[in-house]
Amino acid sequence: MREDHELHKRRAGRNAWLGLTLGAFVALIFAVTMVKLSNPQSEDHKAPNYVPATAGDSQ
Amino acid sequence: MTDATYIEQAEAKDAEFGDYIELLKPRVMRLVIFTAAVGLLVAPVPVHPVIALAAILCIAVGAGASGALNMWWDADIDRVMGRTKGRPIPSGRVTEGEALAVGLGLSGLSVVMLGLFANLLSAALLAFTIFFYAVVYTMWLKRSTPQNIVIGGAAGAFPPMIGWAVATGGVSVESVLMFALIFLWTPPHFWALALFRNEDYVAAKVPMMPVSRGGRSTRRQIFVYALVLAPAALALGLTEIGGPVYGLTALVLNAGFVAGAWRVSRRSGAAAEADGFRAEKRFFGYSILYLFLHFVALLADAGLRALELAPTGWPVLI
Repeated sequence: MREDHELHKRRAGRNAWLGLTLGAFVALIFAVTMVKLSNPQSEDHKAPNYVPATAGDSQ
Repeated sequence: MTDATYIEQAEAKDAEFGDYIELLKPRVMRLVIFTAAVGLLVAPVPVHPVIALAAILCIAVGAGASGALNMWWDADIDRVMGRTKGRPIPSGRVTEGEALAVGLGLSGLSVVMLGLFANLLSAALLAFTIFFYAVVYTMWLKRSTPQNIVIGGAAGAFPPMIGWAVATGGVSVESVLMFALIFLWTPPHFWALALFRNEDYVAAKVPMMPVSRGGRSTRRQIFVYALVLAPAALALGLTEIGGPVYGLTALVLNAGFVAGAWRVSRRSGAAAEADGFRAEKRFFGYSILYLFLHFVALLADAGLRALELAPTGWPVLI
């Protein structure tokens, strides 16, 4: 089978799109991680009954 | 096996990337993305844009995954119906096993990622939506009862509730009414389609309302649902997320919806066939615009509130 057959082109296209999708997924995970790390007190990061600890709590 | 045989078999089975996208029902996904985004944006708790984007993507992929599972299970009837025989499985571009793998894989991925990106409630609601659409509607109700679309419509009604849960971490009267708006809109919308696509459903032996109860009963029920839908739609305007734009839009659109449903309900099957189901097709088209504009209006009122341009004194009674 020649390597420039329609079948190869189709698979190359499919693999390229899959690669782009996976790359976008990695970028999304990275972006969300950065947001979560830079906003540690954001609502989506807290447990429902979260109460910030105060100095007196450790006594 | 010779090279020629291999190529022939591979050409018949090798799908392009777009065929897998088609498995996810992109047209349905558009509506899911839009309503989920509105549910998220009108909520009183602001969400970081990146988290919002990631969450909406998860909801869209989850909805798409349930679409792939639907295509896997319904491949036999999709081959019979004119509207669906060009789909990836009936046309031979994607195998049933591939559709099942895509559906299950993306279901799990979308739910887990939404739980990590947003919160557990929204992830649980998304998991329930996928289960409801793929199992309760597709596998159980669709082929067994003419009420299939009534109960199954819940699956399409969850996205704004999930969007709201992403922002607030809870469920409230506003998200329940957004759910009710889509849930009650679904039967008249799909029954209008079923009236002029009746032959498809007869051929596939799917007991849609016009197939099992006849056109007369279907037309009457379209009108009844339009009457029930109107107060639910108007009630949403009297909540925290309502406002003058939504109130006016809902009033005008529901008057038109009830009038359109009344026209459809008064027609005989013979009259409809004579003019090519003109009123039914018009009502179906109007129903799409109806839902779209309700959510646009919610977004517009949220925008006015954000810009502090919303008039004071709008009644919040619910």
